[in-house]
Formats: sequence, structure tokens, C-alpha cells
Amino acid sequence: MNGISSFEHPNSTVTADGTYKHTTSPIVTGTSVLALKYKDGVMLTADCLASYGSLARFRNVERLHPVGKNTIIGASGDMSDFQHVQNQLNGLMLSEHVTDDDQVLGTKSIYKYLSNIMYNRRSKVNPLWNKFIVAGLEDGESFLGFVDLYGTTYKSPVMATGFGAHIALPILRKYAEARCDTLTEEEAIEILDNCMRVLYYRDARSFNKIQRAKVTASGIEITAPYSLETNWDFAESIIGYGA
Amino acid sequence: MLQHKDGSVQNHQHGWEPYVDNGGTSLAIAGEDFCVIASDTRQSEGYSINTRFDPKIHKITDKIMLATTGYSADAKRLTEVIKMQTERYFYKHEKNMESHAAAQMLSVILYQKRFFPYYVFPILAGIDNEGKGCVYSYDPVGNMERVTFQVYGSASGMIQPFLDSQVGFKNQQNVDKTRLLTKEEAISIAVDSFTAATERDIYTGDYLEIYIVDANGIHREQKPLKFD
Amino acid sequence: MDKSILAEIVGDSNTGFKFDNALRNESLTSNGTGAPKATKTGTTIVGLIFKDGVVLGADTRATAGSIVADKNCAKIHYITPNIYCCGAGTAADTEFTTNIISSNLALHQMNSGREPRVATAMTFLKQYLFRYQGHVSAALVLGGVDSTGPHLYTVYPHGSTDKLPFVTMGSGSLAAMATFESKFKPNMERQEAIDLVQEAIESGIFNDLGSGSNVDVCVITKGKVDYLRNYAKPNERISKLKSYKFARGTTGILKESIHKFDIVVESDAMDVV
Repeated sequence: MNGISSFEHPNSTVTADGTYKHTTSPIVTGTSVLALKYKDGVMLTADCLASYGSLARFRNVERLHPVGKNTIIGASGDMSDFQHVQNQLNGLMLSEHVTDDDQVLGTKSIYKYLSNIMYNRRSKVNPLWNKFIVAGLEDGESFLGFVDLYGTTYKSPVMATGFGAHIALPILRKYAEARCDTLTEEEAIEILDNCMRVLYYRDARSFNKIQRAKVTASGIEITAPYSLETNWDFAESIIGYGA
Repeated sequence: MLQHKDGSVQNHQHGWEPYVDNGGTSLAIAGEDFCVIASDTRQSEGYSINTRFDPKIHKITDKIMLATTGYSADAKRLTEVIKMQTERYFYKHEKNMESHAAAQMLSVILYQKRFFPYYVFPILAGIDNEGKGCVYSYDPVGNMERVTFQVYGSASGMIQPFLDSQVGFKNQQNVDKTRLLTKEEAISIAVDSFTAATERDIYTGDYLEIYIVDANGIHREQKPLKFD
Repeated sequence: MDKSILAEIVGDSNTGFKFDNALRNESLTSNGTGAPKATKTGTTIVGLIFKDGVVLGADTRATAGSIVADKNCAKIHYITPNIYCCGAGTAADTEFTTNIISSNLALHQMNSGREPRVATAMTFLKQYLFRYQGHVSAALVLGGVDSTGPHLYTVYPHGSTDKLPFVTMGSGSLAAMATFESKFKPNMERQEAIDLVQEAIESGIFNDLGSGSNVDVCVITKGKVDYLRNYAKPNERISKLKSYKFARGTTGILKESIHKFDIVVESDAMDVV
């Protein structure tokens, strides 16, 4: 293609006139990821849907991805870009493994690595169209970090991506943020499940098949997909939109 | 827009902007032998608060702090670059970089990205090689000036006139306009600037971080601002 | 009527309404001439139905861009003695729209001799807003109690409506709706309902930058309205550390001239003494 090797611009399409087309909008997308710190570590949740525009296209997708022994990455946004990141991180973990020096990459290092990938791609004006939450446990301390397609980063005891940042975050801030040090696992599950239920009621790109993950001193645990109980009784009483 | 060889013009493929404004306000006031640097800690995007605590002031050396506003990702990368360079300087020369050298270096680092700038409004502040308080202010592409006070960020439009009046005495007569503030005055004015700005600027709030740099080193204080 | 005479009067338009000004404003905007900045109430407003009536709630921040224009404005507007309306959008539009509908309902009441119904207010509002095709930026939460019981509506700027047991509007609507979706239940007690409205508004105040300051609440029951202005004040100002009174002599004197006045005392014939 115009003598330009694909090596120079991986993940870009060369158009007929020799210019490049980057990802200008996400195609297959995942919606919110929610996360919080609690007494024993960190917990996060996401649904199993990958949408194609308004079509609920792939309904059995895992958006909570383990990296190493005590880190999980939750992804929203473009799923192909996410799979590219999974590939890169697997490559990183493999090259770290074969070094065989008894050094394991911790959560903070993985977060920094991912943040640099994201910032470098935005600096090429060719972003990876995602918002990620990196969660884990390192040296007995829980960690939650956010990074998005702009390379914007922040840490916080509670966080949410996408629609969750508008709907779930207010709930997480009120019921989890101030007491995350004492929050039990049962309470954490209850809060996150409630947030996911509210999101299912109000986010048109959400799905009632979700996964939950935690990182504690005993390592990573990701649940099998499960559904939440919902209540649509109110619909009975709604008649029309006017008088 | 893309101009082709045949003269035809095509709309550029992507309308994606590689910059965002994460809000927030930073200021610095120089005294005779000290410096006060203050920032709020809110990081926002649009009408949403990302986090209530994302510090915008960073320690560069034992005597120099860097306060930022603008695009957070650029601000953090810029801080990393400066920290790296001052550290290299330390190991090469076996002494800390002086503020005037760090100030010049920051200007150069900014200008190196003249055509894809760091969208950051930096303030470098601390103690100079004579032990005097110093503040260096910049625009995003490296224009530099040594000043006695500076404010940047979402509430700069409100705080600048206030500092002009209370720190620069620009609207007052029969006063010594070169007079530098005492430490207590400078801290009070910094705090009042932020409590007032929090009232009227939606992007400023949550917590206030204040650093006082003097011969004793760096002292940090934190105060709650409003959360709304 | 002769077509040419008609054309002379109404121009080429063959419709009942003309939007020349809207088109002109659009073209001015695209040419870089911005419209003047109107005060928006980038707002959290809510309403819910409880056992005995309706509770409306609002924050009190009004913004002009990123500046807070009013820290304690009232967004719950009077419509009739038994109907109130929360407004989000352009401050002037919500103010005038509710005023006009309030006035029309007063006339309607005198004409019909009946207490106005909430559905009537809703119909007036939607017809008014539809006429302006969304150019009147008023997003409303309308609530009240009439002879047919409690009613709660949302009215969108284009004129569409919803009738639901709990509603939210404005830039903080998602934060407030999260509260309602997790805690609303039908037939709540009065205080329970007020508490939930307060929590929903505070959710908007603390999570949405367009909302802030205080909580206004309005409880409407059969034959009674409790307008609880500044029901909660969760954002009192942090007091200043320093006084900024200028010292005597620091205000500049550009020029000085002294005039001597002749003082004449006149008294009125009606004055006693």
C-alpha cells in the first residue's frame, strides 16, 4: 500500500490517498466498570455485554482481565482496543517471566505501564478508545487507578467508568468512600450489586449478566457470570404520558 | 483539512482533540525568605468530578516545587520529565539544581514541544540561590517570567485581580508597592483566595494543599474546601 | 385571497410559524458571532409522589458558563395555589414559561370556576413549548394535587411529557435518579419522602458541577402547600481569615475640588411645628 509498511502505523488503515485513518470512534463497546476498596482489598464489577452500536452483539464477554497474580484490569470502551491491550500486557508478563529473576510486576508497575501506553497513543493522536480501571493489592495495600484514552490518570477509593461515572459513582461516594477501610466483603458486594442494578435500569447499553472480581491477600477471584433480581412492578401503574 | 496535490480539499479524517481541561487552580506568592504555593485538589472533566484528591503540586528538589493546571495527563508527564532531569543533574554535578537553572530548563522543555504543546500552565516556586523566595511563571510553550506572585487555572480570572490588589498593592496609593508579604499574610491571602474562588468557580474545590518553602525546608498543610 | 397579497404579508412562508430569528442566530453562531451568554440553571431538580401528595426538590445554584451566577436562587416556581413547577435550563425561559402558564391558568380558573388541574398545566406547558420547537430551553418537573389526586410530570423543552411516580431533570438528573432508583418505594410517609428528595438533591449537589449550594423542598398535599425554602444548607461558606478593609489614605485621589453650598432650609406649610 503506497510502499508504506504496516510496521510504521500498526492499528491504522492506509486510505487510497496515502493518508491514515485511525480509530475515530469506538465500534464494539463495553459499558461501565465499577470498583471500590474494602476491608480485605479491592472489588470490581462489569457486565458481560459488548455492544455494536445499539445492537447487543456479544453477550458473553469478559471485561475483567487478570494480569499476574494480584492485579485485575476492568475495561470499558472499544473492545478491539482492549484486546490489543490484553495482548500487550500478556507479552509484558511473559517477557518478565522468562527473565526468571524472581521479580514480579506489581499492580502499580502494571498501572504505570498501561498509563504510558495510553498517553503515548494519545500523543500520536491515535488513541486506544478505552477507559480502564486497574485494581490490585501490593505490599498489603489495596490499589485502584484509572486511565483513559487521553492518558488522564487518577487514584481514588471508589471509581467508575462510562455511564457508571454518572449513575453509580454518586452511590459509591455516599455509601462506600468514607468507610472503605471497614467495609466487609458482604457490604461491598451489596453496594456494587445495587449499583449494577440501578445501571441496568437506566443504562440502555447495559446487560443483566455481570461478573464480579476481587483481589485480596489470597489472590484474585473472578465470579462466574450471574444475574441480579429486578423489579418492574411500577410499570403496572404507569398509564400513558399525559392526562 | 487536507490539501491535496490536485488542489482539492478534503475534510481531515478525525475530529478527535488530544486535549482536555481538567480544571483546578494553582497559585504561588514569594516572600523575602520563603514561598507559599497553593492548589486545590479537584480533578474534573466536563460537569463530573473524577476525584476529589489529585494533587497538582509536586516537589522537584528540596527547595523547588512545581504547581500545575490545565490538562492533567500533560501536567503529570511534564512533572516526570523535570524530576528526571533534575535528578540526572544531581548525580552528574553532585549538587541540587538551583531554582534559576531549573526555571530555564523548564522553559526549554516546554518550547521543545512548541508545535504540540504540553497544555499546562506551570508555576515553579521556591527558594533561590540567595535564599530569597522566588516564583517563575510560564505559558504552555515556554515563555518565562520571574514574578513575586502568580495564579493560573480555572479561577485565575477571579484571583488575579485580588492578588494584584492585596499582594501587588496595584490599586493602592501611599503604600510601599515593593513590600513583600509576611508568611502569615501570604498564607491567609492564599487560603482566602481559594475559599472565595470555591464559592464562584465550579471547577475549584474539595481540598486545598498549601506548601511553605523556607530555609527550614518544605512544610505542607491541607484544608478542606467545599465539595459542591 | 389573492395569493400575491398573502405573499406580501407573510412572505414565502406557507406555514403558520416562522423561525427566521432562530435560523439567523444559527448562522450568526456558525459565523463565529456567539449568542450572548444566558444564565443557565445547570441544575438538579426532582419530584416524587408519596402517600398524601407530591414532594418537589431543587438545588439553588445558577451558572453562567463555569461561573456561579447565583448561589441561592429559587428553582421551584409557583403555578397555582395547588401546583408548583421546578425549572432547569435557561433561567429566563423557565421563569417566563412558568409565569405565562401561571397567568393563563389563573384566567382559566376564573373562566371555568374550577380549581386548575395539574394535567391542564402540563397541557398548557407542552403546547407552549412545542410551539417554540425546543428554542425555549425549559426542562420542567411539574407537580401538584387537584380534585383527581396527586400528579407528577416532566416536560421537556421540545414539548414531550412523562407521567411517573418519581422523576429527575437537569445536569444532576443522573446522580439524583441513582438515589431514587435505589431507594424509592410507593406510598411513603411524608418525612420519609422529604428525606429521599433531600438525598437525591444532595447527590446532584455533590456530584454534578452544574448543581450546588442549598436544598429547596416543596410539599404539596390536598389543600396545603409547604414551600420549605433552604430546607437544608449543606454548603455554608468557610469564613475568611483576614479583613480586606482598605487602610485610610490608600484610595487614590485623581483630582480634588471643594464646593461650598449655601444651605437653605425650607419648610412646608403643612408641617406641624
